Amino acid sequence: MFDAEHLATLVVLGAVLGLDVVSFPQAMLSRPLVAATAGGAVMGDPVSGLLAGATLELVALETLPVGASRYPEWGSASVIGGALIGASGQATPGSLSVALFAAIATGWIGGYTMVQMRALNARWARSLHPAIAAGSRRAVLGLQFAGLAADLIRGALLTSAALLAFEPLATITLAVWEADARVSRAVAVTVAASVAAAAVWKLFRVTPGARWYLAAGLALGLVSMVLM
Amino acid sequence: MTAPRRDTPTPRLPLPTRVEMFVRLLMIQSAYNYELLLGNGIAYCVEPALRRLPGGPDGAAYREALARESQYFNAHPYLAAVAVGALARAELEGAQPARIERFRTALCGPLGSVGDRLVWAGWLPFCSLLALAAYGLGASPLVVLLLFLGLYNAGHLGLRGWGLAVGWRHGLRVASALATPVMRDGPAHLARAAALVAGIALPLALQRAIGPGRALLGGVVIIVAVMGALAARLPQRLQGWRLALGVLAIWIAYSIAQHTVTR
Repeated sequence: MFDAEHLATLVVLGAVLGLDVVSFPQAMLSRPLVAATAGGAVMGDPVSGLLAGATLELVALETLPVGASRYPEWGSASVIGGALIGASGQATPGSLSVALFAAIATGWIGGYTMVQMRALNARWARSLHPAIAAGSRRAVLGLQFAGLAADLIRGALLTSAALLAFEPLATITLAVWEADARVSRAVAVTVAASVAAAAVWKLFRVTPGARWYLAAGLALGLVSMVLM
Repeated sequence: MTAPRRDTPTPRLPLPTRVEMFVRLLMIQSAYNYELLLGNGIAYCVEPALRRLPGGPDGAAYREALARESQYFNAHPYLAAVAVGALARAELEGAQPARIERFRTALCGPLGSVGDRLVWAGWLPFCSLLALAAYGLGASPLVVLLLFLGLYNAGHLGLRGWGLAVGWRHGLRVASALATPVMRDGPAHLARAAALVAGIALPLALQRAIGPGRALLGGVVIIVAVMGALAARLPQRLQGWRLALGVLAIWIAYSIAQHTVTR
């Protein structure tokens, strides 16, 4: 079980990193590599957090934060993944699979909450329209800060709900996990890397010459892998 | 009232105003919504400059300009800085409202598509894959994070700063300034570099994530190649993260079921 101090820190972290996805400052603090490592660090295990972060980053390569499109909210979600694996340790059989599942599920719900957030902003913009059309500084600034505050609260609520739901589920699941630790980790990484391989191909195949660069990189990477 | 001539010297915008506009650019999407998109954000970012209009923040010119700038606008959030700089200069130089509105409409498309290709499909994957390569080579959490955040944000903040400066310098003529080699050829160069780094990063990251053991790793590489090829052929709506969630759910259920069976 997470204690109150861990819970509070994780909720603040999830709120702040959820804010980074769109509202402020979009510095990619919300990318899984960063957010999951931070989540793991809160639980005292940044190395396990980084493992979850790197694996989630492979999945996130597929989802680019393009404008009005809907995509998983990786900031708060990766904090959950990093915290869960940080709490159990990466050596625990099934810990990466469970952390990944919880993070992707949270990201999915987070994507839905972002859509609702934009709809709420639109409602506020409509209600403030007469003032904004009259050039009211107060209305323009008010709308901006209301959106910022609401997004921060959205991230905090999402992180709290995900922690409350997934922390006990993870504890119960890992207590009865039967599969071998290395096989369990290999399954989770294989799934994430397959998504990444498809994403990389779709992303770069349209650029003239890029597939040759990819092939050359793969040759280098595989040789390095064998030599290491 | 006409647009600034090409040979007009660039007027000075006080440093505190520029800094305030830059900081506000980091919050440009705070009120993002499906109706105005970035509209209110543009007004929010231009506002510090508009205070310099005749009559100040209580004047009619300020209110008219703020209302104009808060209308619908769409662009990549980083490259919106170009629009903010250009619109600030146009408003302070008293360009005709109709011309400003036409300019806003014309700028949306290029700033969106160039930004998406340059940043979301180029710079972000490149930095992310480079950090994954560092992870695969055994770098510590701190090194991986510093490499990713340092490199990414050097480009991110540099692009926002450049956009604000070039927008202010060229005003309504900024479109020609956007035809730089970086904007024109940058996305393709970045895509090639990212493809090279992707090829290096994926096997190395797999190796570190799975841990020692050649046989298991070899099997995983082959499965990833096959599953990746299949996933690349799936329809766009069947996003990989959804499939990953489904496969993980089945895997977790299987592991729990095994426990029940063995008991």
